[in-house]
Amino acid sequence: MAEKESVTLVVFSGELDKALAAFNIAIGAASAGLEVSMFFTFWGLNIIKRNEGGIKSKGMMRRMLNFMNRGGSKRIHLSKFHMLGMGTWMMKRLMKDVNSPPLDELIAMAKEMGVKFIACTTSMGIMGISKEAFIPEVDSFAGVATYLAGAREGRVNLFI
Amino acid sequence: MKADATLDCIGLYCPMPIAHTSNKLKELEKGQVLEILADDEGIKEDMPAWCKTTGNELLSVEEEGEQYRIYVRKS
Repeated sequence: MAEKESVTLVVFSGELDKALAAFNIAIGAASAGLEVSMFFTFWGLNIIKRNEGGIKSKGMMRRMLNFMNRGGSKRIHLSKFHMLGMGTWMMKRLMKDVNSPPLDELIAMAKEMGVKFIACTTSMGIMGISKEAFIPEVDSFAGVATYLAGAREGRVNLFI
Repeated sequence: MKADATLDCIGLYCPMPIAHTSNKLKELEKGQVLEILADDEGIKEDMPAWCKTTGNELLSVEEEGEQYRIYVRKS
């Protein structure tokens, strides 16, 4: 192979099923030796929030938003059939049954394979989420120019 | 076929067999052959595609009932 090909994923959605799809693609691409970066924005930030502790923010509306929209790889829901937690619980059970790794393991695996995680600072600002809210695996905090610089070099660009 | 190493991916779904193959192949020398056992049907399309992307050589994909035995040479 000549120059390293790259793959850029915009992860806009914060639901478990879409996160699983995004990480499967990222791991598949990294396995094929491609450079992968994942740009987490808006609801997608929920995927890379840490599972422990609370999310601190200022102002009543932002505090309310971050209480309602807690996020974290172990807390996020399916986009369909969540059914107050029943459906999401069942899907996790089904995945376990067939040895399909849970989301937090996929995140760790992607990181180990060199996938870059970027968190969108604009969404963080709007929603009042600080850097401390995220898992330590996040490589950088940046904006659309960073995403575009990567996307221009990549042949595979997805918005999830 | 004689392999230098074997990787058991029975019971694993996409993208795990590919991810493990990629990792295992890093341990081998150029020219050595890896045998992969898998039972996710997608692998018979995925492994050739992965080899095409990475430049490794796909030697064979053998179907044995509901399992697949695949040989890849590291290049």
